[in-house]
Amino acid sequence: MNFSIYDFTSFTKWIDNALNSSMSPGWAILVELVIIGIVFIAFYAVIGLYLVLAERKVCALIQNRLGPNRVGPIGMFQTIADLIKLLMKELIEIKHADKFLFNLAPFIVIIASFMAIAALPFAKGLHAIDLNIGIFYLFAVSSLGVIGILLSGWSSNSKYSLIGAIRSGAQVVSYELSVGLALLSVVIFSGTMQLSGIVESQANGWWIIKGHIPAIISFLIFLVASTAETNRGPFDLAEAESELTAGFHTEYSGIKFAFFFLAEYMNMFIVAAIAATVFLGGWMPFHIQGWEGMNNVMDYIPPFIWFFGKTIFVILVMMWFKWTFPRLRIDQLLTLEWKYLLPINLMNIVLIAFIVLMGWYIK
Amino acid sequence: MNIFKYFGDIFGALKSLWGGMRVTGYYFVRPGKIVTQKYPENRKKLEMFERFKGEVIMIHDSNNQHTCTGCGICEINCPNGSIEIISNKITNAEGKSERIIDKHIYHLSMCTFCGLCIKTCPSKAIVWGQEFEHAVFDRQKLTKVLNHSDSSLKKETKKEIKEA
Repeated sequence: MNFSIYDFTSFTKWIDNALNSSMSPGWAILVELVIIGIVFIAFYAVIGLYLVLAERKVCALIQNRLGPNRVGPIGMFQTIADLIKLLMKELIEIKHADKFLFNLAPFIVIIASFMAIAALPFAKGLHAIDLNIGIFYLFAVSSLGVIGILLSGWSSNSKYSLIGAIRSGAQVVSYELSVGLALLSVVIFSGTMQLSGIVESQANGWWIIKGHIPAIISFLIFLVASTAETNRGPFDLAEAESELTAGFHTEYSGIKFAFFFLAEYMNMFIVAAIAATVFLGGWMPFHIQGWEGMNNVMDYIPPFIWFFGKTIFVILVMMWFKWTFPRLRIDQLLTLEWKYLLPINLMNIVLIAFIVLMGWYIK
Repeated sequence: MNIFKYFGDIFGALKSLWGGMRVTGYYFVRPGKIVTQKYPENRKKLEMFERFKGEVIMIHDSNNQHTCTGCGICEINCPNGSIEIISNKITNAEGKSERIIDKHIYHLSMCTFCGLCIKTCPSKAIVWGQEFEHAVFDRQKLTKVLNHSDSSLKKETKKEIKEA
């Protein structure tokens, strides 16, 4: 199979060599870090703004409304206007808040999502860092964000913030298990934790197809658990507008609030991208073994189109059920995880281990 | 816990969740079902609904005649005194004394649009109008006289009123 036309390895190698030949290795690494940082910040701004717009449009269509339609054609620039408004707002200082932690919390939340996005492969060779334990790293950093949420709840010195933060803590700690175990099922199938390796292993078919029933169960569990982990509806009881005003970020205003908001949407993008990478083949085109003609045509579609197409599909599914289901109560939330998802997930892992041992999946 | 109940619950839940997602998915892929009106743009061809309560108006026919007898039932029924009726006594052609309305005053600024006046009007003289752009720069303009100037009472039999 020929991926060479869209192989970015030589491109990144060329930048690396050019920088190393013109300056000392230490400076070259620094410049590379700065370049990657700028690229990701720009990427965050664009994706974050348009995910908010997409959510508002999807929600509007589901509820038979039009959604934003005043700023620009079909409301294209609505979220940019919102951002400008947020930037110009006053940063309100809470009198009895713990100032240091209060100001630190939004940065922890957004840095955690920055760390997660670094490990995602956007195309062959288009990787900020290709860790050999990529999945493991993702588990680790995706649970860092909850520290920021707990800190924000505690330092705000407000009952709504504290209740929201404690709920969020309970929720993330529980659902972390299901997310991890659902991803482990694909680690068993592919035999590697390296994200690029997992994508390469799907060259002859995506794991959701090759792994048939247990992979589909894992995918569904991952969708539910990752929605809960990112505090999105129907599991948004950490924010729960109707009971806690805004949960853990009640006391935040202006750009600090925008950080929480951006982090929430970027976390949604990240979990959707993980789902796309692990279960739906990431940037790998759709291939069917033996149909060489179709496979070659698929190879000509650029990998980032495949990657973003699959990610957007998963995001749409997540928005779809956010706007369909009512919010769960905290006891229902914990019952769902500990009595249903976790036992099923553990059984599924055993089943997958057995299937892999017997070779009963499409190789 | 009964194992069949456990898996039954799971499949039942999946089925009902899918049922909900089908409904929302149906509307998501059908933009034609959108009910939102783009108001200032479609102002020229905007059609309000029959049951819309814009303001209280009095019907006048082509001869500038209305059916309001000035009985005052609407004034009595109005919970916050939005309606005032000033009536006159005149002597008609047969020499009998008769009551006609001089002014049917309607305070739009006080009206809560409950509709009790229209519901109780025995001669169906007042109805709901569809006009809703009520913003004015002077609140005096919100006090309206519903009967047109020089209008007169239309003589109708009771049967005609009921049919109307």
